[in-house]
Formats: sequence, C-alpha cells, structure tokens
Amino acid sequence: MAGILDFSPDDRCNAFITACTGAAFGDGALAGIAVAINDNISTAGIQTTCASRILEGYIPPYDAHAVELLKQEGAAIVGKTNMDEFGMGSTTGTSAFGPTRNPIDPERVPGGSSGGSAAAVAAGLVPMALGTDADGSIRCPAAFCGIVGLKPTYGRVSRYGLIAHAGSLEQIGPMARTVEDVSRLISVITRYDPRDSMMLDQPYSHRPSADVSDLKIGIPTEYFGEGVDMRIATTVRDAIDVLEGLGAETTPVSIPSVRYAPAACCVICASEVSSNLARFDGVRYGPAVDTRKPWHEAYREVRQANLGPEARLRIMLGTLTLSAGYAGKYYAKALAARQRITRDFERVFCDVDVIAGPTTPTVAFRPGEKVSPLSIAGTLTAPANLAGIPAISVPCGDVDGLPVGLQVMGRRFEDERVIDVAYAYEQEVRS
Amino acid sequence: MKTIIGLEVHVQLATATKLFCGCSTDYQDDNPNTHCCPTCLGLPGALPCLNKRAVEYGLRVAKALDMKVLEESEFARKNYFYPDLVKAYQITQDDRPLAVEGTIEIEDDQGHEKIVRITRVHLEEDPGRLVHVAGASKYSLVDYNRSGIPLLEIVTEPDMRSPQEARRFLNKLRTILEYLEVFDGDREGGLRVDANISLEGSERVEVKNISSYKGVEKALTFEVTRQRNLLRRGLAVARETRHFMEGRGITTSSRGKEEAHDYRYFPDPDLGPLRVAGWVAGIDLPELPTARRDRFMEQYGVSLNHARTLTGDLRLADFYEEIAGTDPVLAATWVADILLGELNYRTMGIAAVPPGHITELLDLLRAGTITDRAGVQVLREMLDACAEDRPCERPAAIIEREGLSRASGDEFTSLVRAVVAANPQAVEDYRNGKEGALNFLVGQVMKETRGRADPRELRRIVSESIKMGEV
Amino acid sequence: MITEKDIEHIAGLADIGISNDEVPEFTHQLNAILEYLGILDTVEDESTPASGTANVFREDEPRPSLPQEAVLANAGSTEDGFIKAPRVM
Repeated sequence: MAGILDFSPDDRCNAFITACTGAAFGDGALAGIAVAINDNISTAGIQTTCASRILEGYIPPYDAHAVELLKQEGAAIVGKTNMDEFGMGSTTGTSAFGPTRNPIDPERVPGGSSGGSAAAVAAGLVPMALGTDADGSIRCPAAFCGIVGLKPTYGRVSRYGLIAHAGSLEQIGPMARTVEDVSRLISVITRYDPRDSMMLDQPYSHRPSADVSDLKIGIPTEYFGEGVDMRIATTVRDAIDVLEGLGAETTPVSIPSVRYAPAACCVICASEVSSNLARFDGVRYGPAVDTRKPWHEAYREVRQANLGPEARLRIMLGTLTLSAGYAGKYYAKALAARQRITRDFERVFCDVDVIAGPTTPTVAFRPGEKVSPLSIAGTLTAPANLAGIPAISVPCGDVDGLPVGLQVMGRRFEDERVIDVAYAYEQEVRS
Repeated sequence: MKTIIGLEVHVQLATATKLFCGCSTDYQDDNPNTHCCPTCLGLPGALPCLNKRAVEYGLRVAKALDMKVLEESEFARKNYFYPDLVKAYQITQDDRPLAVEGTIEIEDDQGHEKIVRITRVHLEEDPGRLVHVAGASKYSLVDYNRSGIPLLEIVTEPDMRSPQEARRFLNKLRTILEYLEVFDGDREGGLRVDANISLEGSERVEVKNISSYKGVEKALTFEVTRQRNLLRRGLAVARETRHFMEGRGITTSSRGKEEAHDYRYFPDPDLGPLRVAGWVAGIDLPELPTARRDRFMEQYGVSLNHARTLTGDLRLADFYEEIAGTDPVLAATWVADILLGELNYRTMGIAAVPPGHITELLDLLRAGTITDRAGVQVLREMLDACAEDRPCERPAAIIEREGLSRASGDEFTSLVRAVVAANPQAVEDYRNGKEGALNFLVGQVMKETRGRADPRELRRIVSESIKMGEV
Repeated sequence: MITEKDIEHIAGLADIGISNDEVPEFTHQLNAILEYLGILDTVEDESTPASGTANVFREDEPRPSLPQEAVLANAGSTEDGFIKAPRVM
C-alpha cells in the first residue's frame, strides 16, 4: 500500500527546518508512518543544513543508513527538524533558522540539541522522530518536552550519513511519545552497516516487557546532589519507588568520576568539532567561496559569515585543546577522564543491572536563563556518551507543570533492558 | 663537506579501490570527478572504511624491508586547510605507524654495498589534484579522482651521502615495490618524494614536490650546489622548505607561503585500531632483487654488474630468465649492454619486445651465422618495427631479406683483394708502419660487407693479405 | 590564561575569520571555559588505548561512484568537470 503522505504541519513551535508536503511511503514495519529526521542526518534529495547557514542549500546525494532503513520499512520522511547549530547546545536556540519553542510552554526552550524533533513529537505533528545525541541531545529535549528518547549504545546504530559534530560520542536515536514506539523505531535502525567501522552487528529485535522483578537498580548519589533541583530529585525518586513497587531492588551506588564528565565531554566534543567542521569551506557545497582570493582568506571569509557564534567559539576551543602545548593538558586529560568514567560504570554494572536518576538537573527554562559554561555539556547525560552505554529518558511527572525525565542507563548493548525498565514504569503510571 | 640526505617517499599502492571507499583507482584516462563518492569527496556525514588490501600491501613492504610491525597501530587526523584536501584533514598515521625500523641495501658512490635505514612506513590517503589557472583571475580547479588513493609513506634515516645515492635508493625501492607487486611503476605521479638535505654543520632544507624519481637527483644536485655556493660566499643556509620546479630543474623557497604548522594530530574517531602484527608470518614474499641478483650470478654465471642491471627491473629480470637459454652469459651481455640501450633510445619498455625473436637472434649469433654487428642491425630492425607497431619479422627473415649472413669463403677473399688493390696508398702506409692505415682498410671492407664480417677476423685477413702481397 | 595573541593564532589555525573587535570577546569566553575545564587537571594521566573494534576492513572490491553531475551538483562553481576553488599560487 505504497503512497504519498500529505503532510502540512501547523508548526507553531518552529520544529521543522524543511517540511516535505508530499512524502512517499511504502510497505513494511513503519508503513505510512510519518517520521521526522533531525537536520544533521543526510537525506537524499532533501536539504540537510545542520541548522547552519554554511550548509544552506546543500542537498545530499545520498541517504544516511538509518534513513535508508526507515524508507525500506515504509516510513514517510516528512521533514527535517530544527536543532542547535551542528548539534552544539541544549536549547535549540543556536539554530540559524530561529529557535524552536517548547510545545508545553512556548515561553520555554524545548531543550537541545534535537529540540525540533522533540517538539514535533510533543506537539503531535509526527508520532516519532530521529534525534542525535553526543552529550544528551536526545534525552534533554525528550525530558523538557515530555516525550521518550533513547540514546542507543555507541556502535548500535550506523553513523553513516550522520553529520556528527563529535563522532566518538554521537549516536542517532529514536524519539517518540511512547516507549513502545521508541522500541519500534530502534528495531528498524539497528540493522548492520559495514560503512560505519565503529558499528557492531547486533540488531535490536525485542518487544518491550514490563517485568522488572529481580531487577537491580543502582541509584548514584552524584545524580541527586548539588546542582540538581530538589523537586526534580524528589519526582525521580518517586518514579524509582514505582519500579521498586513492581519488584525491582534498589541500591545506592557511587560513580565519583562523573564529576569530570561535563568537562571531558566539552573538550572531546570541541576537539572533534574543530576537525569535523573544518571541511565547511564553500568549495564543494554550501554558500560559494570566493575563488578569486587566496585560499585561507577565502575560507575565513565564508566561515566567518556562515558559521554561528556558538559554532565558532567551539571550533576555537577545540583548535586550542588539540594544539601544541595544550593537547596534553586538555585533550589527553579528557581521554583519561573518559576512560575512568567508563571503568567506573563497568564496576557499578557488576553489581546492578541498570542505573537510574534524573535526565536533567532542571526543567525547561526560558531562553537566556542559563548562560554558564556548564550548559556546554549535559551534567547528567554526558556520562552515558563518554561510557558508550545506552540511556533512555522517559517522562515521570512534572514540576510546576513542566515535564521531568527519568533517565535509565544500562550496560553496553543492553538497550533492550533500559527500554524494558522505561516501559514498565510507563505502563504502570498509565494504567 | 659531507652531504646528508634523508627521503620521504609517497608511493601509490596498486589496489583496485581507494583507501577508505569503494571508488575505483583506475581513473588515469577518465574525466575529472568521475571516481568519487560521499567518502572521498568529504561530503558531510560520510565515513571511512579501510581497504584490507592496502594494509596487506603495506605489510608486504614492511616484511620485505625487515621492519617491526607495531602490535597496535592507529589512524590519525592531520588537520590543515588546502583546496585539494576534502575534509581539511588527511587521514594518516602519526605516532603509531604500521611499521618501524627497516633497511634497504644500495650501492654507495664507490660501488660498495651500504645500508640505508628505514625509519617507518605508514598508510595515508592522497589528496585530490589541483590545476592552477593563471591569467587575469587566478583560481584553482580540483579533480577529486585522486582523493583517497592509498599511499604508503616510506621515511628513511638521513643515511644518503650524495644525490646519486638518493637516486640509487629510489631505484632500488621502486624495484622492490615492483617485485612485491604493490606498485605500478608506469603510473604517472605514482611515486613522489620529499627530500631533506643538508651539508654537515649547516641547517637542513626540505625539498618538496619532486614527482618523478629521476627529478630527485636533479633537485638534490641543484640544492648541493646552491648550499655550497651560499657557504662559499660566507652566507648561512636557511632552514626552510623549498619546492622543486620540475620543468626548470631548480628549487625555489616557499617562505611566506607556509605558516608555522601545527597539524593537531589526534586519533581518527571514525576508525578503530589495527592489530595486524600477527599477519606478517603468513606473508609469502617473492624473491627480492638482491636475492635474485645473487642467484643470477650463481645460476647463470653472469657478472655482478650484469646481474644488478638485469634484476634492477622486475620485467627485465623476467625477460632475461625467459631467454637466458643455453648461453646465459651471451644473453646477459646482449640484454644488459645492447638491448637496454636500444630500448632507452626508443623510449620503449621491455614488455614490447618479443622474447622468441631475441632467443632466435642469440642462437644465430652463437652459431656464427651473423656477426655481432649484423646482430645489432637485426635487433634495431625488430625494435623499430615494435616501436612503430609494425609486424615484427623474425631475425632469420631479416637476415635473409637484407643479406646479412656472415661473409665467408670466396666472397670474403675477393672483397679483401679488391679493397687492397683499390687503395695502394693505404697499403703503402701500413707497410711503412702506420697502424691507422690498417683500420682504414678494414673499414672499407666492412662498408662493402655491411657489417657481415667480423672485424677482428677481417683485420687478421687484411693484414695477412698485405703481407702475402709483399712476398 | 590565554591572550588575545593566542586567540589570533588559534583563529588562524582554524581559518575561522575573526574581526579585531571580536578578539576580546573570544579571549574572555575561552578563558572562562578554560577555567571551568581546570577540573581536568586533577585527572591522573593514563595511557588510553585506541577505542573501537580492531581490524575492521572492507574488501578491495570496486563499488559504483557517483555520477559526475552529482559530484558537481552542490559546488558553488565548476568548470569543465572540475570544481573551482580559491587560488593557492
């Protein structure tokens, strides 16, 4: 029953950069389902900008692997969603195409960087979307907009076609209103792709189960301490109690090295950004470079004019953290921190099956409210990226009418288990 | 003043596809930008995937040069901006290359064996090709067909002492690579060299952009002279990078064009590590040039010089072994001393020469059917035909057609008699002790026989004939 | 502390293009971030093994390339099948 989906969203939140009014679809597991794609995921024939002027007008000649798989399963690719420029931010406010607003409260940010995808799902414009997550960019907006978002295990989803700003941390992942839909979407996009050398052939083929009896949940003290809004801590603690009520066992754990996570993530992201974004020079794509000038001068001109302030700042930072005299102090230290964090999580996962805590330390805020350098990386989300482990955010109540996210992290390649835990909680509080 | 030279050689590996994508490497005759995909164009989101054969080729070289393959090596990004570099970084290897510490044996300027130490070999991707457009508005045109071609960079210690040694090193390296079948020597730009050269006690100069191995000797010779002249005038040699202008045979300073480099190497997060040291034991190396040279001397009894020449090119060595036959020393002489020169003169390769014809020619020479001189004439006829793509006649047919068989018997005697009779003055001079007069007379007979007579034999007969005339 | 001169050097390496009046702001912002990153000083050094699966390869089998039109389609300007780029001479 292939056909064309008529898609004309009432996009009050500015969730989309590009909407495809007539989207073709086919047969398969996602037949006829409208799926929105974060605008840093390549779509053949559809403009892909990463919310940056420097890619305005760029039309990829190829589909990202995840997009290929969606099409194979019949999904209708209805549009490209707004984000922080190149995925750097947690507000979707650094987009060159204007900020996205939070559908729950248009005065507030939707979170980021995959804020357009979260808002499109939360506003009911699409049932599901693909986001990307290098330091919390799926989970933060999922939490702020009251939807479900999964950052898969690193290596579970092909990054081929993902215009990563930090490829060693970043994964494409599903965002939807229900855990079940997140599970449906991840089962389509995990098929093996030899073009991503970091990918393992471990497709997800699982139906969520609400059975959490005998499950051991670790409660990290670091996730409920300083910097975390008390009301969020309480709300999340209540949610964990619900899981306990279902037969799960909880135990306090400590992951001391997570205090390094935001700084380590910031350095690794910026370092990779400085290299990944260097190719945007206006020669092969994007706004045309002035070919009459010497190359450095011409590149500087096109990059100054078309990269936003946040992107430029991070390119500068990453150039510094990799440069002679600084690489040892920053880049090497960040890698060492990452290794410690990975080991700490492995140690904790010897004793518990999953780790649960809040997704974000605050609820959705107003634009401009949060300006400290801490906004550079998600305090509570970045550890999962550094450790490469799966992490899901599922809505677990509200504070002042604004959604709160419960974050569940699991062992590498145990995405099934974090989905089950989220599903168990969701089913219990719905019924 | 000792000259100190070290080389960095970039070799295009003869794989079917590029280093990190499936685009074909066979683009030489194709239009620009027709062998490109998202990966080698550096399109946003594309990822590299390593070509296994390139790694195998690299390991083959490492084993042949007796190197230590690292237990774990990795790819790194070298970050810099240039219009031929699609991602603004080159995927290469930095502090963990494929292999380290090897050797290559060459001849020094005195003809003695010497060892050049190899520091390291590593894999990296070739950038695209730039065409510079001059004129009122200057700009570049880029062809990305070359972008992503696998390169093996081979770095030597500063062990060479003259431009000639550097050239011999490159010849030897090229031969080894051809023997290993990892390199296509006919490919334009397939081997490119950066050279470091200094005079002892002075600063080091890097000469970049030497795109032919013959250019290396030229560039380095120019540098030695330039640096010597500076020192003679009491000036210092500046530590700098210079570019070799192939057409003009000179190097020019690129000062001001290059900024202080900080490549900000870091491990490429898109590629996992290589753990291939264990593969080395399973690699079967072919017989390498030095071993083959020694075998030629032993098996065929040819001289060291002939053995070196014959094994200095894989196809030449194969050709020789095909035609060595019953008289390998004669074959070696003809191939190394005569055939090669004739080929060079015609800028022909050995591949164009039909071995069967040469075998026949050698047989005819050995049987005394023709003289050496007539043999050369036959050879030239054949090579001309091959070079001009005409059907190549067999030697016997050429001899028959041209009447080149060795003059003998009556024909010979009457010719000598006629020449002696026609040149009484020369005969007189010879009798008066002028040796040169004999040469003249022999030359006259040679002319008449068009080389069909053996000059030494002729000399004896003419001289005897004059003496007989005396009696 | 990094100086305005450092900022200019870094901007040069990154080909980012900053105007003179942006230099103080970049200096200020980067110093603020570096101060925050100071926490990394307390991480003990350790050698970090290469991450990712070892020995992931592709066989040396050619796959179709893009048609030339697709290669050139997004370029700002082209000439005779080449992509035009700034001059280097």
